[in-house]
Amino acid sequence: MLKINNPGFYTSIQDLGRFGYRHLGVPVSGALHLKAFKRANALLENDPNDAALEITMTGPDLEFTEPTIMVLCGAPLEASMDGVTLEMNQVYQVPAGALFKSGHVREGLRTYLAIKGGLKSELKLGSRSQFYPITLSGTVKKNSLIPYDPYADFSPKLLKISPSKSFGDKALIAYPGPEYEYLEEKHLNELFNKDFKISKNHNRMACQLEPTLPAHTIRMITSATLPGTVQITPSGRLIILLRDGQTTGGYPRILQLDGDSLDRVGQKQFGDIVCFEKIKQP
Amino acid sequence: MSKIPFVTKPFGPDAVLLEWPKKVDTDILMDILGFREYLLKKHLLEPGWELIPVYHSLTLINRMKEVNVAELIGVLPKWYAQRKGKRSPRTRHWVLPVCYDTEFAPDLEEVSERLGMAPEELIEAHTAQPYRVYGIGFLPGFLYLGGIPERLKLTRRDEPRLHVAAGSVGLAGEQTGIYPQTSPGGWHIIGSCPVPLFVPEKNPPCVVAPGDQIRFRAISRAEYDLHKIEGEIGIYKYKRGQSRAEN
Repeated sequence: MLKINNPGFYTSIQDLGRFGYRHLGVPVSGALHLKAFKRANALLENDPNDAALEITMTGPDLEFTEPTIMVLCGAPLEASMDGVTLEMNQVYQVPAGALFKSGHVREGLRTYLAIKGGLKSELKLGSRSQFYPITLSGTVKKNSLIPYDPYADFSPKLLKISPSKSFGDKALIAYPGPEYEYLEEKHLNELFNKDFKISKNHNRMACQLEPTLPAHTIRMITSATLPGTVQITPSGRLIILLRDGQTTGGYPRILQLDGDSLDRVGQKQFGDIVCFEKIKQP
Repeated sequence: MSKIPFVTKPFGPDAVLLEWPKKVDTDILMDILGFREYLLKKHLLEPGWELIPVYHSLTLINRMKEVNVAELIGVLPKWYAQRKGKRSPRTRHWVLPVCYDTEFAPDLEEVSERLGMAPEELIEAHTAQPYRVYGIGFLPGFLYLGGIPERLKLTRRDEPRLHVAAGSVGLAGEQTGIYPQTSPGGWHIIGSCPVPLFVPEKNPPCVVAPGDQIRFRAISRAEYDLHKIEGEIGIYKYKRGQSRAEN
């Protein structure tokens, strides 16, 4: 079992996501920085969908009751195991009873802690990704125990890889969204020529940007939204929907981010700067 | 080739959006649902496809493979034209219990007053006709219902509530609906439905599907308590109504 001695700021279990239920209003969820999550599973030679902890800003304190193998990927995190400092993107043997302690991320926002074979938490609608109320809770709770299969012998093919820096970029690749054509010149000028700041209203569902664009009167009938959809509210506020975002919405969908850019947004925190780089639909 | 009633648009690099005329219309919804069924049965057979119908649109996305958006946009009108004997999809008709007692309906009196009717008349008007499910979204199991009679239309609350209890039945603008989970909300609350519409342990998790019809039935507080318990332990039997005759 993985015992949560201290859950940290916002630590949740995530896999690749929950698919096939969007038409019933169920968000896909899943790791927000998919590339880092996949790298963690790849280093452990896991199934790509094996569940891991997604750590946000401040990490948890944990106890491993069984031996396993672990790796940290994504935002560099101050972390140690039994007093020994841990490096990012490096595979470690974890003896039974090991204590994992962590502090703040040094850069970015989200770190993945993956173990060999993955976490075996509750499977709901085909996924272990925590999303309340599909799962009992949206985050791991203090003193909860998460099952996993013990592994003592494992010789990884790769022990360590060099960290990727890609999430530092501010440019987000944006395709025109379904309501893009209704924007006026005054919106377009600002949209692609201005920097935007991540506001304090950001979580796994959505990320609001500052400042606002000019207000608009575009009206539409509620339609589907996707992770990476950029909406504009009537008062001109830009909202990037993330993986826990609602599956439908009534605000104009002016841009659609590509997967890599969505990953990058998942590593942005309050005050970080982004800008949109327009790309023509292939 | 028959006229194609929708336009196709790319929805980013991985998805395609089909838009029928911008109307809330049962015939449009049935055409969308029929085409959705046809696509899943005849053409989009690989695993991973998700087709999301809401009001006048259908969104196509596949999580398992890269979608060739341009190719799909080219072929969709052809597939639509090839579809023979455009049968409407099978939809169901549900009767959902709602308790309109003051305890669950903090806005019932104010809303009745604004609409110029007695609370009993409002309940009568709210339960008089079936509503069509035009899509499910916003929250898991939240039904977008259409078919609100003119005399029940009113604007939203000025200030949204931070905490609307699960099961609350709301009324706002041209919409009425049930909050599937406790959440913030700006609709006027006029009652409560004691049974869950979304149960993640079940497959499918939502008893109601897009295209179905919902009718509300006013129940007493005693019946509310009974159904609440039945719902919690999972033995509530969802009531089916007559489908076609009543329309």
